[in-house]
Amino acid sequence: MAGDELKLLGHWASEWACRVRLALQLKGLTYEYLEEDLDNKSELLLMSNPVHKKVPVLIHNGKPICESMIIVQYIDEVFPGASPSLLPSDPYERAAARFWTTYMDDKLVVTWIQTFFAKTIEEKAERMKQLLAVVDTLEGALEECSKGKPFFGGDSVGYLDVMLGGLLSWLHGTEALCGVDLFNATRTPLLSAWAERFGALDDAKAVLPDIGRVIEFAKMWRAQMAATEAATADTKN
Amino acid sequence: MAEEGKGEVKLLGLHVSPFAIRARIALRLKGVSYEYLEQDLFHKGDLLLSNPVNRKVPVLIHDGKPICESLVIVQYVDEVWAAGGDGEGTAILPADPYGRAIARFWAAYIDDKLFPALTGIMKATTEEARAEKAKETFAAVEQLEKAFAECSDGKSFFGGDSVGYVDLALGCLLPWFGAVREMFGLEIIDAAKTPLLAAWAERFGETAAAKEVLPEPDKAEYAKKLQAHWTAAAAAAAK
Repeated sequence: MAGDELKLLGHWASEWACRVRLALQLKGLTYEYLEEDLDNKSELLLMSNPVHKKVPVLIHNGKPICESMIIVQYIDEVFPGASPSLLPSDPYERAAARFWTTYMDDKLVVTWIQTFFAKTIEEKAERMKQLLAVVDTLEGALEECSKGKPFFGGDSVGYLDVMLGGLLSWLHGTEALCGVDLFNATRTPLLSAWAERFGALDDAKAVLPDIGRVIEFAKMWRAQMAATEAATADTKN
Repeated sequence: MAEEGKGEVKLLGLHVSPFAIRARIALRLKGVSYEYLEQDLFHKGDLLLSNPVNRKVPVLIHDGKPICESLVIVQYVDEVWAAGGDGEGTAILPADPYGRAIARFWAAYIDDKLFPALTGIMKATTEEARAEKAKETFAAVEQLEKAFAECSDGKSFFGGDSVGYVDLALGCLLPWFGAVREMFGLEIIDAAKTPLLAAWAERFGETAAAKEVLPEPDKAEYAKKLQAHWTAAAAAAAK
C-alpha cells in the first residue's frame, strides 16, 4: 500500500519477532527490519515499548504496536486485502484460534523454558513429562482446527500456523537442548507432518532462523543465566 | 433486549472470579440473555468439562459450543453481538485497528503483570513476600494510571465515552481490590497516588452493567468468601 511505512524492531533468535516476520512475509508486505542488541537496546526500542522494553515492536507510520499476538492481529486487520487472511472469518473459529494461541504461550513456551532450565534430573524428567502432555494437547488442537486439511488455518496458512510456526526453530532444537523429540512422528503424527510442511514453505524458509544457530544461542543463554545465578549466590554468602 | 435468533447462551462462572465478571459485563453491555451457572470448583460439574484443557471458569456456551478464556470470550461476544442501532450493544473493542491493538496491549498487561502481583498479595505466606507483591501491584497500577490518561483522552473510560475492553479487563478486579483492603489494609487504587484511576473506579462502579454484575457491596462479606475460596484451593492443591 502506498504511503505505509513499516519498521520492525526484532532479534534474529526471537521466536516472537519471528511470528511477526512470518506474518509480514506471508502478506507480502515491505518493511525495514532493525536488529536489536538486547544488551544495548536502541533509543527507538526504549521509546516505542517503554512498558516492556522488548522486541518485537512493529512501527506503522510512526505508531508502535507491541506483543507478537497483538501485532499479528493488527497486521491482519490493517491489511485485509493482502492474502492470506490469517484469522478465520467465523467468530467461533476466531475464538478457538485465540484460545490456542494463549495456550501456546502460557503452556507450551513456559513448560519448554522450565524443561530447558531444569537443574536436577528429577525436575527435568517431571518437566519433560509436562511438556509432552502439552504437545499431545496441541496435537488434538491441530486435529480440531485443521479438520483434515494441511494447516491449522485449513487449506492455507492461518493465525495459529504463524503463532506456532514462529516457535519452530526453537522447537526443532528441543532434542539437542532438552533431550526430547518434541514432534515425534509416532507420538504426534499430525504435528510432525505439519512441522515439515510449514518449514518447507518458501515464506517460512525466508524467515525462520537456522536451527543450529538457535541451539548455540540457547546454550549460551543457559550458561549466562547459570553464571549470573552463581555470582548472585556468591555475593549472598 | 436480547437479539432474536442468536441462540442459547450459558455462562459457567464463579462468584469470586474476576474473569467470570468480565464475561458477564460483556454480555450485559450487549443486552444478551443468558443462563448463569455458578460452578463448584472443588466438585467440577459435567458442564465444566466443556473446558477440558484448563478446567477453569469462565466458559461461555453458545448453542452448545464452548468458548474459554475471559478475553477470548469478550472478543467473541463483541463480534457475535456486534453493535446495533438500538443503543444497546455498543462496541467493546474500538473499530480502528490501532485502538484495538492498544486496548489488547493493556488488557494483556493487566493479566500478565497486575493480576499475578495482586494474587501474590493474597497468597503470600510471609509479610516480606506480601510487601514484595504489594510493591509490584502498585507499580502496575501506576502504569495503568498513565495508560488511562492516554487511552481515555479526557473522557470517562479507557474506552472513551462508554465502557470498553480495558475498562472491563480492569473493572472486574475492583472487588478483589476491596477484599485486599479488608484483609490487609492495602489501598490498591489510592486517590492520592492515582487520582485518575480512583475517579474512574467510581464511575465504573456506577454503570448499570457494573451495578448488576459486581458482587455485593458488603466488602467484609466478600473478603470472607474470597479468603474461604483461597483456603479451600490451597487445601485442594496440597492433597
